[in-house]
Amino acid sequence: MNQFIQMFKPKTKTQTTTLFAWALIAPAALCMFLVVLWPLYETFRLSFTNSNLGTLMEGADFVGWENYEKVIGGRKFPAIVTRTFYWMFLSVGLKVILGLIGATLLASNIRARGIFRALIMPPWIVPIAIGCFGWLWLYNGHFGLLSSFAEMVGITNGPFSFLAYKQSAFYSAVVTDVWIGTPMVSLFFLAAIQGVPKDLYEAAYVDGASRWYRFRRITMPQIMPTVISMALLSAIWTFNSFEIIWILTEGGPRGATTTLIIDTFKTAIFSYKFGAGATRAVLVCLLLGIFSLIYLTVLGWLGKKYGYAGVQK
Amino acid sequence: MMDKYSLLHKIGIYTSIALFITFMLLPFVEMFIASLRPLTHLFSRPDIPLGETMSFVDFMSRFWSDKMSFQAYRDMWVTVPQLPRYIFNSVFLASAVTAISLCFVVPAAYAYARFNFKGKSVSLTLFLAVNMFSGAVLLIPLYKLLRMYGLLNTYWSMIIPGVAFLIPQGIWLLKTFLEKIPYELEEAAFVDGASRLYTLRRIILPLAVPGLIVVGIAIFIGAYAQQFLFAITFNQNRDYMPLPAGIFEFIGYQDVLWNEMMAASLVGVLPVLLIFLFMQKHLIAGLTSGAVKE
Repeated sequence: MNQFIQMFKPKTKTQTTTLFAWALIAPAALCMFLVVLWPLYETFRLSFTNSNLGTLMEGADFVGWENYEKVIGGRKFPAIVTRTFYWMFLSVGLKVILGLIGATLLASNIRARGIFRALIMPPWIVPIAIGCFGWLWLYNGHFGLLSSFAEMVGITNGPFSFLAYKQSAFYSAVVTDVWIGTPMVSLFFLAAIQGVPKDLYEAAYVDGASRWYRFRRITMPQIMPTVISMALLSAIWTFNSFEIIWILTEGGPRGATTTLIIDTFKTAIFSYKFGAGATRAVLVCLLLGIFSLIYLTVLGWLGKKYGYAGVQK
Repeated sequence: MMDKYSLLHKIGIYTSIALFITFMLLPFVEMFIASLRPLTHLFSRPDIPLGETMSFVDFMSRFWSDKMSFQAYRDMWVTVPQLPRYIFNSVFLASAVTAISLCFVVPAAYAYARFNFKGKSVSLTLFLAVNMFSGAVLLIPLYKLLRMYGLLNTYWSMIIPGVAFLIPQGIWLLKTFLEKIPYELEEAAFVDGASRLYTLRRIILPLAVPGLIVVGIAIFIGAYAQQFLFAITFNQNRDYMPLPAGIFEFIGYQDVLWNEMMAASLVGVLPVLLIFLFMQKHLIAGLTSGAVKE
C-alpha cells in the first residue's frame, strides 16, 4: 500500500504544481461532470431509446436510429432549423450593433453618464420572465401601448395583436430577445472601450484623425477580441433561448416561433417523449458545435488575413 | 480638448441616449402604468368608428385617467398571499447559487491564472464548451438525476443546475482578473516560507476583491434572471417557487388580473434593482479594470 502511494507522489516541482492545480480545479470539474457531462451522455443514450414517462427510471427499449430518422425526416424539421438560425443571426446581429452603439454613447464624455449607464441595466438584471410579462402587455392588441400608438399614428387600422400573427409574433420575440440581451453586450463593450489605451486616441487626434476614423481604426480593432467572443457567447445563448419565446407565444402561432429548443422542450417535457426529445437535444448540441467551429475557423482566418488580434488562443 | 463636442454632436448624443433608454425602460413604464389602472379601465377601449384613426386624446385616455390608484398594490397581497415568500425565494436562490458557485470558481480560476500544468488548455476549453449546453438541452437527464436523489421539489432542484451552468463563466471572468495580480507578490511570500494555500488566502484573495465583486454580481444576475426554466420544470412546491414562476401562475387564471400581476412583478424586483443601481459603478469599474479581453 505504501509503495502504491509512493508511486503517485510527485517527484519534481512540475508534478507538484500539476497536482496542486488539479486539486484546485477538481471540485469545479466534478460538478461539471455530474451536472453537465453525465446528463450529456445520458441525453445521447436516451436519444436512441423510446424512453417516456413510464420508462424514465427503468430501462427503455433501444430503437437505434429510429428517432433520428423521424426527427430529421419530419415535415417541419427543416423549417425549424432554418428558423432557429435566422432567429439567432437576426437577434445576435441586432444585439451586437445596438451594443456597439450603446457602448459608444455611454463611453462619450458627457454629463450624467453614470445615470445613463445605470438606466440601461434593468432589462439585464430583472428576471427574464418578468421582463417578458411587460412585453406581453405591450404587445397586447386591444389594450397595449404599441398597438394603440400604431393606431393613432395610422400605421394600423384598429387593434393589432402583435403575437397573434406568424410574422409579427416572430419579430416581436426577436425585439424582446434583443431588449434582454443588449444591456449586457453594451456593458462588456463599454468595458472593452475603456480598456483601450488613451494615448492611441491622442496620437491619432494630433494627426488630425476624425472621430469616425478614430472609431473605425482604433476602437474597433482594439475591442475586436471582445466583440468576437461576446458575439459567439451571445449566439449560443440566443440559440438556446427558451423563456422569452415560451412566455410570449409558447412557440405559436402555428409554430411560427418554434425554435429547436422550444421543439425539444415541447416534445420532452410536454409530451413526455423523452427519447424523441433527447434526439432533438443532441441535434441542438451538434448544430451549435458545428456553428462554433465554423465561426472560430472563419474568424481565425480573417484575423490572420486582416490582422485583428482576436481569436487566437 | 479631444473629447469636446460641438453643439450638434451633443444634441445627437443626448437624443440617441434618450432613444436607447426609452427602448430599455419602455416595458417597465408600461407595466407601471398598467399597475395603476383599475381593471375596468384597463379593459376598456374608446369607441372609434370604423375606418377612423384614433385621436391623440383617445390615445392618452388609454394610459391616463383620474381613476388611477395604487389599489392594486394593496390588493395583490391578498390575491397572491405567497408573494413575500416568492420574493424571498428569488433572492435566496440567487444568493445561494452565487455563494456556492464562488466556492468552486475561486480555486479553479486561481489555478488557471497562475500555473502551467498538464491538461490546462484542454480542460479550460472543456469548461468553456459547457456554455453550449444550456439547461434546456439537458432537462431530461437532470430531471432524472434530481429524482434519483429525491431532490425534486426542493430548493436544491433549482440551486444545483443553476450553480453548474454558471461556473464556467465565473472561471472565465475571474481568471482575467487574477492574471492581473503581479506574480512577484506570491514569489515574495514563497521565499518567506508561506504555503500555497496561505498565499491564496492571505495575498491573492484580498487583492482580488474588486474582481470577486464583479464575478459575484455577474453570477448573481445570471442566477436571478434565469430561474424560470428550472423552477417550472423541477419544482411544483409553491413554498419554494421563485418570483417569476409564482407570478407566471397568474397567467393561468381564468381572468388575468393584469394590474395586480404588474404591481407584483414591479414590487418583486424592486429590492434587487435598487441594490444594483447602487452597485453598478463597482460593476463597470471592475469590468474595466479586468478588461475582459478573452
